[in-house]
Amino acid sequence: MTNTATEALCVVVEREIPFPPEKIWRALTQPHLIEEWLMKNDFKPVVGHSFNLRADWGVVDCRVQAVEPNKTLSYTWGAYGLESVVTWTLTPTSTGTHLRMAQSGFRPDQQQAYQGAKYGWQQLFANLERVLARID
Amino acid sequence: MPQPHDILFRTLADPTRRAIFERLCRDGDQTVGALTAQAGVSQPAVSKHLGVLKQAGLVRDRHEGRQTHCSAQLGALAPLIDWTRQMAGFWQSRFDHLEDLLKRMDQ
Repeated sequence: MTNTATEALCVVVEREIPFPPEKIWRALTQPHLIEEWLMKNDFKPVVGHSFNLRADWGVVDCRVQAVEPNKTLSYTWGAYGLESVVTWTLTPTSTGTHLRMAQSGFRPDQQQAYQGAKYGWQQLFANLERVLARID
Repeated sequence: MPQPHDILFRTLADPTRRAIFERLCRDGDQTVGALTAQAGVSQPAVSKHLGVLKQAGLVRDRHEGRQTHCSAQLGALAPLIDWTRQMAGFWQSRFDHLEDLLKRMDQ
């Protein structure tokens, strides 16, 4: 295991995209466009709005947490009994946009039946980070 | 069917069990007696937790005379790392689709 603790517990994908933030924002926030690259959905760019992402393999329960047009979008992501937060950040560059997706803060999904896992997840991940840091 | 990471997450979700595992990570091998002295629960309870940790592959034990020595198996944390790698793979492919879509979209 050579991953650092941070890599192990936070998923980050970043890319330079040759289009302006406004165009990417549409793809990130309009349901018919979201469906084309992510999943079927009933998304609305409204803080507090609950929505689902639906695929053959199951449903992801989400709730909008932050909306700053053309800059930041974040929503919770509940799947497989764990809830995390997906945050999109759009930064304009001279050639387009630096697009960053970070999925982090894994904790128990209150809506799913992991009864034994309802407490201590944050602590678990904090502790695992320390453990994993020593493995390297 | 439970995935390896499900078992791992569930095993480590219990605070007492997690504390036992962390102690073995931190302080190295321990006897069941030494673990019980610090765990704040009875020896049968500690043994039960150790059984669950063993099933998840997180702890291994060996018997020496009347003592049972336990050790943490850090390699068993691999499914957690694999799982986040899978998530990264998922998002990479979504980024590919997103870029394809952006090429098709009008301004």
